[in-house]
Amino acid sequence: MYAQMIKTAGTGVKSREEMSEQERAFQDKIDADIKIEPKDWMPDDYRATLIRQIGQHAHSEIVGQLPEGNWITRAPTLERKAILLAKVQDEAGHGLYLYCAAETLGVSRDEITEMLLDGRMKYSSIFNYPTLNWADIGAVGWLVDGAAIMNQVPLQRTSFGPYSRAMIRICKEESFHQRQGYDAIRKMAEGTPEQRKMAQDAMNRFWYPSLMMFGPSDKESVHSAQSMAWKIKINTNDELRQKFVDQTVPQAEYLGLTIPDPDLKWNEERGHYDFSEPDWSEFFDVIKGNGPCNVDRLAARNKAWDDGKWVRDGLLAHARKKRGAKVAAE
Amino acid sequence: MTRDEAFLQFLLRMGDNTLILGHRVSEWCGHAPVLEEDIALANTALDLIGQTQMWLSLAGEIDGGKSADDLAFLRDAWDFRNVLLVEVPNGDFGRTLMRQFLFDAWHSIMLGRLMTSSDERVAAIAAKASKEVTYHLERSSDTVVGLGDGTEESHARMQEALDYLWPYVGEMFVSDDVDAEMVAAGIASNPSDLREEYDALVGRVLAEATLTTPESRFAHKGGRDGRMHTEHLGHLLTQMQWLQRAYPGATW
Ligand SMILES: [Fe+2]
Ligand SMILES: [Fe+2]
Ligand SMILES: [Fe+2]
Repeated sequence: MYAQMIKTAGTGVKSREEMSEQERAFQDKIDADIKIEPKDWMPDDYRATLIRQIGQHAHSEIVGQLPEGNWITRAPTLERKAILLAKVQDEAGHGLYLYCAAETLGVSRDEITEMLLDGRMKYSSIFNYPTLNWADIGAVGWLVDGAAIMNQVPLQRTSFGPYSRAMIRICKEESFHQRQGYDAIRKMAEGTPEQRKMAQDAMNRFWYPSLMMFGPSDKESVHSAQSMAWKIKINTNDELRQKFVDQTVPQAEYLGLTIPDPDLKWNEERGHYDFSEPDWSEFFDVIKGNGPCNVDRLAARNKAWDDGKWVRDGLLAHARKKRGAKVAAE
Repeated sequence: MTRDEAFLQFLLRMGDNTLILGHRVSEWCGHAPVLEEDIALANTALDLIGQTQMWLSLAGEIDGGKSADDLAFLRDAWDFRNVLLVEVPNGDFGRTLMRQFLFDAWHSIMLGRLMTSSDERVAAIAAKASKEVTYHLERSSDTVVGLGDGTEESHARMQEALDYLWPYVGEMFVSDDVDAEMVAAGIASNPSDLREEYDALVGRVLAEATLTTPESRFAHKGGRDGRMHTEHLGHLLTQMQWLQRAYPGATW
């Protein structure tokens, strides 16, 4: 999922007695599954948390273009090139929907973009890993989009109207992303020995980073409890991670790929797979900026933004001139 | 030259233009000045690659049952038949959009004519591509006008882009034996016949963009007939063809 370690604003869930009348009415709406719309009253902490969460999600879609874009010019067939282009174009579109949703909360796209570029806001840890062979593109669609979907599907029911509607549009496209990824890696898993080697190599490198996408366990976190009470978080990180593992293991088996976890096994009693936790110290390193690609990713986004300044300024100046001419003519 | 040989050359010219330009445009992915441009550039590249699949599939049929992928990924630079304009590097965003505009203008006129081709397959591809290219032209014209008539800096950059690219325009209108054969068969118009309409269209947009059309009619040539490409094409192919070349016979 693309929003990780979102710090929930406030001090945790309040009891009904502690709530003001406005807060009580707000919570009642949420409990009754009535959507909160931008013009409605909302607690400052709800607004602040949502801006962080939607912003980080949007930034992830944008930065996420880079590892996949890394292979567009090397895609092995015209068909694969077209599919990948369509997918990356979708991701940019997702970024756009989400920035628009964030704007309804009173923060402009430029403002939060600046916050991404100077490091005040984050994006998903997963995009700080490199794409090194063509099977990585399959692995990203299958595992990374697959993990993102786990989170995004329940978020279609989130309490904030614009966020929920953005998620509904996004989820329609995400299933195509996951399918094309699985199909690309399947082709390789069934291919020549070299292709199989690439597919396994991708699996080895992307498995644990995909599990990290859900974030560390938050079942005892007071912050998560608040976000869940507000219905901007629907499941715990562990629930989603388990669901992802349960879904992915049979798919990997079908492909004949080995998941790099010797302790992975079906637990009859629990009705779930047991699996090893990822190395959380690596995760925190990545979050702090020390992942394999953090510096390059941010540098690429900064360069695009800086190099593009004259374009944005030029188009804006032209729009102003045209508006001026129209006003003068009236 | 037999009619089939000429037809193959014609199809390669159409398909290689869209292939190489689509590739160039796709290089922008994730690096555009604003999100809307990232989306638009990816969309343009996607359309161009789709058109490539149609043109090169037909070319492959004529060429003894090759696939579009065989043609895209397994030919060397001297076999490519795109105009030089589409293979020049992207440069800044201004140059990329100016190149797009100069190509779109030609492309839209060309496809318009091809819609009445005597060859139904050509007419069908042109009809489909024409819809997409009308939109490309609309967008690239708007951007050229917006940036040409924007700030002092954007104006200067667009003029520089135009001056750099202008010598690559003429090649799109050179007619040779292949074209003569296509005209005789009623398959395509003579490229030189498109120039007047092109100059009028481009002149109108550049004037609105407050840009000065260079006077020289000098034209770099050699792409359409494969006689001499730029140094840039080899690098582009190195990247584009790498997997197919490194792992021959694999399916992807
Ligand atoms: Fe997405
Ligand atoms: Fe994604
Ligand atoms: Fe996606």
